[in-house]
Amino acid sequence: MNPTQSLIKDLAEKYGRKRENLLPILQGVVKQEKYLSEYSMVEIAREIDIPAAEVYGTATFYSFLEAKKMGKYVIRVCRTITCAMKGKTQVIFAIQDMLKIKIGETTPDGRFSLLETNCLGWCHKAPAMLINDEVYTDLTPEKVREILSAYMKKNHL
Amino acid sequence: MANAYQLKRADFVFRNENDYEKILSKTLKRDKQDIINELISSELKGRGGAGFPTGLKWKLTSESKSEEKYVICNADEGEPGTFKDREILSKVPYKVLTAMAVCGHVIGAKKGFIYLRGEYKFLQKELNKAIEEFKYFCNEIKLDFDIEIFMGSGAYICGEETALMESMEGKRGEPRNKPPFPTTDGYMGKPTVINNVETLAHTFTIFKYGAKKFYDLGVQYSRGTKLFSVSGDTPKPGIYELELGMSLQDFVYEFGDGDTKAVQVGGASGFLVPRKKFKDAAIGFKGKLTGISLPTGGSMMLFNSSRSMFNVLDNYLEFFREESCGQCTPCRVGCQQLLLGIKAVKRGDKPASYLEKLMRLTETMQYTAKCGLGQSVANSFSSIVGNFREEMIY
Amino acid sequence: MPNKVNLSINGFSIEVSKDTTILDAAKELGITIPTLCYHKDLCVAGNCRVCVVEVAGQKRLSAACATPCEEGMEILTNSLKVRNSRKHIIELLLSEHNADCTKCYRNGNCELQELASEYKIMTQDFLELVPHKNYTIDAYSPSIIKDDSKCIRCQRCVRTCAELQGVNALTCSHKGDEMKITTFYEKHMREVVCTNCGQCINHCPTGALVEKNYIEQVWEAIADPKKHVVVQTAPAVRVGLGEELGLEPGTRLTGKMVAALKRLGFDSVLDTDFTADLTIIEEGTELLTRLKKALVDKDETVSLPMATSCSPGWIKYIEHMYPEYLDNLSTCKSPQQMFGALAKTYYAKARNLEPENIVSVSIMPCTAKKFEAYRPEMHDSGYRDVNYVLTTRELAILIKQAGLDFDRLDEMKYDRLMGESTGAGVIFGATGGVMEAALRTAYEIVTGREVPFKNLNITPVRGMEGVKEASIKIENPVEDWAFLDGVELKCAIAHGLVNAKVVMDKIKQGEADYHFIEFMACPGGCLGGGGQPIPTNPEIRQKRMEAIYAEDGDMPIRKSHDNPEVQKLYKDFLKEPLGEVSHHLLHTKYTKRERF
Repeated sequence: MNPTQSLIKDLAEKYGRKRENLLPILQGVVKQEKYLSEYSMVEIAREIDIPAAEVYGTATFYSFLEAKKMGKYVIRVCRTITCAMKGKTQVIFAIQDMLKIKIGETTPDGRFSLLETNCLGWCHKAPAMLINDEVYTDLTPEKVREILSAYMKKNHL
Repeated sequence: MANAYQLKRADFVFRNENDYEKILSKTLKRDKQDIINELISSELKGRGGAGFPTGLKWKLTSESKSEEKYVICNADEGEPGTFKDREILSKVPYKVLTAMAVCGHVIGAKKGFIYLRGEYKFLQKELNKAIEEFKYFCNEIKLDFDIEIFMGSGAYICGEETALMESMEGKRGEPRNKPPFPTTDGYMGKPTVINNVETLAHTFTIFKYGAKKFYDLGVQYSRGTKLFSVSGDTPKPGIYELELGMSLQDFVYEFGDGDTKAVQVGGASGFLVPRKKFKDAAIGFKGKLTGISLPTGGSMMLFNSSRSMFNVLDNYLEFFREESCGQCTPCRVGCQQLLLGIKAVKRGDKPASYLEKLMRLTETMQYTAKCGLGQSVANSFSSIVGNFREEMIY
Repeated sequence: MPNKVNLSINGFSIEVSKDTTILDAAKELGITIPTLCYHKDLCVAGNCRVCVVEVAGQKRLSAACATPCEEGMEILTNSLKVRNSRKHIIELLLSEHNADCTKCYRNGNCELQELASEYKIMTQDFLELVPHKNYTIDAYSPSIIKDDSKCIRCQRCVRTCAELQGVNALTCSHKGDEMKITTFYEKHMREVVCTNCGQCINHCPTGALVEKNYIEQVWEAIADPKKHVVVQTAPAVRVGLGEELGLEPGTRLTGKMVAALKRLGFDSVLDTDFTADLTIIEEGTELLTRLKKALVDKDETVSLPMATSCSPGWIKYIEHMYPEYLDNLSTCKSPQQMFGALAKTYYAKARNLEPENIVSVSIMPCTAKKFEAYRPEMHDSGYRDVNYVLTTRELAILIKQAGLDFDRLDEMKYDRLMGESTGAGVIFGATGGVMEAALRTAYEIVTGREVPFKNLNITPVRGMEGVKEASIKIENPVEDWAFLDGVELKCAIAHGLVNAKVVMDKIKQGEADYHFIEFMACPGGCLGGGGQPIPTNPEIRQKRMEAIYAEDGDMPIRKSHDNPEVQKLYKDFLKEPLGEVSHHLLHTKYTKRERF
């Protein structure tokens, strides 16, 4: 059994093999592998015995269940109104500048992916972003550079 | 009258009362019907935005016959400009858990879920701790009620109750046809109470202080307090608990930056109120005696005169174009048409009169969309274009 | 609780049972409410919103298809508010739709076009969204073309694929403006579990899903003087064709259809029913042989129950979903492919034709037959056994293009050599028909007597029930089959792949003790096939079925083994059932495929 198969098997053991367990399993695979590959979707379908098309259709509905290969750290910058008003564009420029990637891209070393996302629920501390599950608020270009520097160092360890 | 300052602050939801064990034990001893009656007499209405009477919801579900029933706490707080539920779950989770357990007791459910939006995953760990502690206490008092967290994965529409249930069932979060309603056919087709986080927190207040205390706050048809998420051009963004029924004018006195041009009440799916209508706009549910009344999930976004209303609307419509579930025609295609339409008018590709055609389309969207969210996505369009038409054109 | 409710629609009072939808109640009053996502064969979706109506006292409109009637409702189906909203919805759908109708295969038979015409949508005020999308056309399947630019996202195809067929090749993916109907990982239809059954085509209101047509290729073959073009017609075509030509469902057109085909220029007009009879001989013998091996020789390698193999949609389904049961399939080719193999061997020889000059065309109620004809193994004559497969719908197009006045055609008979058939052959077109034909023959072979049913009508295997079961006790068999004395032959019939799944799962669980099972991919059998006229619904299929059995009743010969041409075929060419020639030309093997 390859790592993906055993991951899916473990997740199915943990959450169950019914249709209502699909989301937690998908989330578990994304957590580990950062995205849902064609292979992992087929294996999930096999494991819980539902059509592969259903897995694909369900997964693509949810913006956090990426079907495209993502970096180790997925940066999601909020683009909704208050963040847009309070300077998310500058924040994104700063990130793009630092990582040399555009929105939707992943750094060649596979460490960072940059995405925009809809309201994160931090409008009173806009602009906000997520790096994986961590929240960062009241962002400025300076602050975001500091945050990313820390991640880059962490990554080098 | 003009400057009468009427904003009434309150402090119930976040008042840290380490007595949930007492309240839970006390409430569980009460007659179920009695609890329902108390909720009904409090006139508490759903705080997610739709405003369905909470007591009635519990009553209907308690009357549905089924071996299995569920309580769901809707923590899929996705409406732009809303962030109160996150705060409740991080500061006073036990109030929500207590309310869920009481609800389970009243309707005959042994299982509760908190549907937590994916964006709030960082809350999961602490919340699970609170749940563990809570379950331990339930065990002690021999209450058979289990609560677990179900994580969302980034889909605004899952805040719609039936979409949320579809999502929990492992499917695409597409709203269902209603009827049937969750009170008879909810999660897994079983009778289900689904309440917003804040609604549940208010029931705790009611259980603790009695319905009268709650009822005495607010105004007719809009009783009690409400959490407001204040953001945008304001010197004091944050979460505030206020009595319902205030006028928008009073709100702006308190939270505006002195240059408030408009307030978006109720998030991207809510209404934009321009300065000239502040004093006529009351925040509450239908039936306020004078002026317009605006039900709300508590999102209050302030815009000052430096903001282009075109950009604001463009941002909202981008949001909906993406976050519509896409199943029904008026919402899926309507959102695209509204978005591309204002751009076309701005560019001059379409005449200004095209805005009127789009205004009529917003009516159709409101009348015909399948779910409550689809019916309200065009509110921002109609209120922004209705009040700031020139900004759309020039 | 009262089971009846009283309401009024457009001022007319009506009493209906609770749970009746507004749509159905209106229909009872003779009021038509337009629909798009609604289909009688499918669960209610309520997502197109075309059927909205006004309920007095409610600001919002209600979807008539999804809203149950309630006591005291006052409904307006044609108020100004309803009309304006409905018109908007149609306009919105058109804005998202590639409305280049003149270039559309479904031009003239499109529900959206019809609605646009009814509501006189003369201008397109809304912005065209099609240019903003990266629509693609998937034309890689030999059976089905999927053109997303024509899709209105009603999800009828998705529900068809899931609810009627249990295949789930199609799904909805993404959300918002990107929401679309697609397959797993947006692969081409030919790369996924699609069985090519074509039910999605039959249920698509627009031209988003259509059959791949071979009309021009057939015209070219007919026009080529060097080619001898033979055409075979499947049983269900003769009871479906009329609908495409404006006749009532269930109109029997055998003779006129033959005449039309001759007028179109086919060199020889022959009948798939002939090879249906042949299938019965081969398959019946195969069944009896399997039974003998199992019961007498105690051969444990014999796979029972034996399943029929006429329906190519079913074949691809079992190859994907139950590959471990391929040995249970009869090795018999479908009648179409038997015909194809014989046309370029037996027929060619008898008519003194070079097989390479024969173009073999078949008219089928089926889109999966197109795929079947293209299977690499269907080459046993040394040539592509069947060159082109046209659906019933495509035949109607040929007839219209040729300008034939159907009314004025005199009925004609099929040509000879492979044109003779029996009532047993024609009932292949209905669910249960293969079983009935097989029983008529097998019972007689085994006992020397006709099946003990009045007029040979084995009614227990007929009808539209999803899964049917029947058994027939064998008493006093002839000497060769003495071992079957007292055996109760147990049969099952499933139509619609979702019902096939029910039966297969039962077998998998070890809960079934059938000997013989008939599987048909499409609801109602071939008469409800994916190549039949659109629309389809239970009433239409019922009428086609009645026509099929009427055909059977009127046939002078009703049992396959009595078909004189089949007898002659064995005498002159095949020698014996399951013999060497048969084995080579009439039997096949199957391919294990991936389920996911």
